Amino acid sequence: MLKIAYYPGCSGQGTSLEYDSSTRAVCRALDIELMDIPDWSCCGSTPAHTVNHVLSSALSARNLAQVEGMGMDKVMTPCPSCLTNLRTAAHKMEDQEFRAKSNALLDVPCKNTVNAQSVLQVLAENVDPELIKSKVVKPLTGIRIACYYGCIMNRPPELMRFDHHENPMAMDNLMTAIGAEVVPFPLKVECCGASYGIPRGDIVARLSGKLLDAGRDVGADAFVTACPLCQMNLDLRQGQINHALRENFRIPVFYYTQLLGYALGLDRAELGFEKLCVDPRLALGKIKQPAQAR
Amino acid sequence: MSTGRFAVPYRKLGMLMQIFDLATSDQAFIAEVEARSHQNIRTCYQCGNCTAGCPYTFAYDYSVSQIMRLIQTGQKDAVLKSRALWLCGSCQSCTTRCPNMIDVAQVMDVCRHMAREAGYATERAVKVFADSFLASVERHGRAYELGLMAAYMTRSGRVFTDVDLAPQVLMRGKLPFKPHPIQGREQVARIFERFRKGGQNA
Ligand code: SF4
Ligand code: SF4
Ligand code: SF4
Ligand code: SF4
Repeated sequence: MLKIAYYPGCSGQGTSLEYDSSTRAVCRALDIELMDIPDWSCCGSTPAHTVNHVLSSALSARNLAQVEGMGMDKVMTPCPSCLTNLRTAAHKMEDQEFRAKSNALLDVPCKNTVNAQSVLQVLAENVDPELIKSKVVKPLTGIRIACYYGCIMNRPPELMRFDHHENPMAMDNLMTAIGAEVVPFPLKVECCGASYGIPRGDIVARLSGKLLDAGRDVGADAFVTACPLCQMNLDLRQGQINHALRENFRIPVFYYTQLLGYALGLDRAELGFEKLCVDPRLALGKIKQPAQAR
Repeated sequence: MSTGRFAVPYRKLGMLMQIFDLATSDQAFIAEVEARSHQNIRTCYQCGNCTAGCPYTFAYDYSVSQIMRLIQTGQKDAVLKSRALWLCGSCQSCTTRCPNMIDVAQVMDVCRHMAREAGYATERAVKVFADSFLASVERHGRAYELGLMAAYMTRSGRVFTDVDLAPQVLMRGKLPFKPHPIQGREQVARIFERFRKGGQNA
């Protein structure tokens, strides 16, 4: 069994409850033990790095120091925004002068010995796809999926060091392993409008609208995402986007962990499909039963 | 920079070109952006790759490659007062695609820090949202969305533009009515306190 420290991120406690719970369920089923970081705090998200890099680093480094306190050297998080902050802090702290400034803000200094990865990377690099295939009890035969990675999961490549920065495949491969048909989606790494939903809703409507439009063009029945904010923009705001753009999109937007959990036959209560805004049955209803599939 | 003036297309004023006088070039500004971003701004040869891939260009006053040119020519005021700085989504497309390996997103970030320090915020709602978010983290140790919304409305004087979403999130149990306070929240609050006292600029 693989044991890894786990940083859920704030959104996992609120707007992306179902991402956190489905991630935990999938990891359990695939023999990965999550060790929750005791008393973790917010990494500061985008607002912190737009204000000051030392402040942003210290907010992340407090958590990296907690991981060091657990005696561990690797942490994983489901949220790409958290991941970017944790990795950026670690990268900047390689400069001793910067690390000293960052540590000067902390009670417990960070030694900078922890490698942060996404849950997606851990699944892609540590779990044999054949093992996943062998555990599938409900293959997703018959549904067409667009995999949307968001803009920062893989970029910039020198920092993120995972998968391809223009055409990432990790989620595509997982979805294929559970029997879904992955459609070629050209905007895998385009930005959805980030956290501008509140101050500048028009920007999110335009950028997320472009993604939904491209998904419809390639005939996707559903999107899968790996980012709480991407998911929220595409799903919760789909109605607003329709209103702003005079459109009528109705495309369910899943976390990839929800569909993995579905295929592995995990407890529906942990997968949280009822938390989604656009009715997931629009896509799940297209799954062919094994008898039909043959 | 052999000629004394250069021009950039300037759509927002309905003018064809906006003319900048190179005699006003602020060398200290160029040096500060370079030092704080650890990037060599001079190597930008205006290929426009960053702008071509920037999803936010439609909302910017100056495109990202124009911002780069304005920095090269020391146009401090135009850069620090630009709305583009506040609208950049830090999506990393420019950084990923710059042929000269310039971390353009980092340059945008650093200019935004400098704009803040100079007291500019040409997209006020964006700044207020960031401030409200951090205030919530300072207070609770974690982001608390409902508290953040309340703070944002008070500070911005705006009505919550997302009221239409409230039933959806509440019904799905996605907005806890109480923050999840953590034991270490004083530790987090001290990060902010020390930061304000120290004035680290990096
Ligand atoms: S980035 Fe988002 S999810 Fe990550 S810890 Fe901070 S607020 Fe939370
Ligand atoms: S696509 Fe949007 S939400 Fe997703 S990672 Fe980028 S900015 Fe964040
Ligand atoms: S991509 Fe790089 S070189 Fe090209 S205009 Fe942008 S910053 Fe300059
Ligand atoms: S990081 Fe900012 S400037 Fe660069 S492409 Fe993304 S939004 Fe545009």
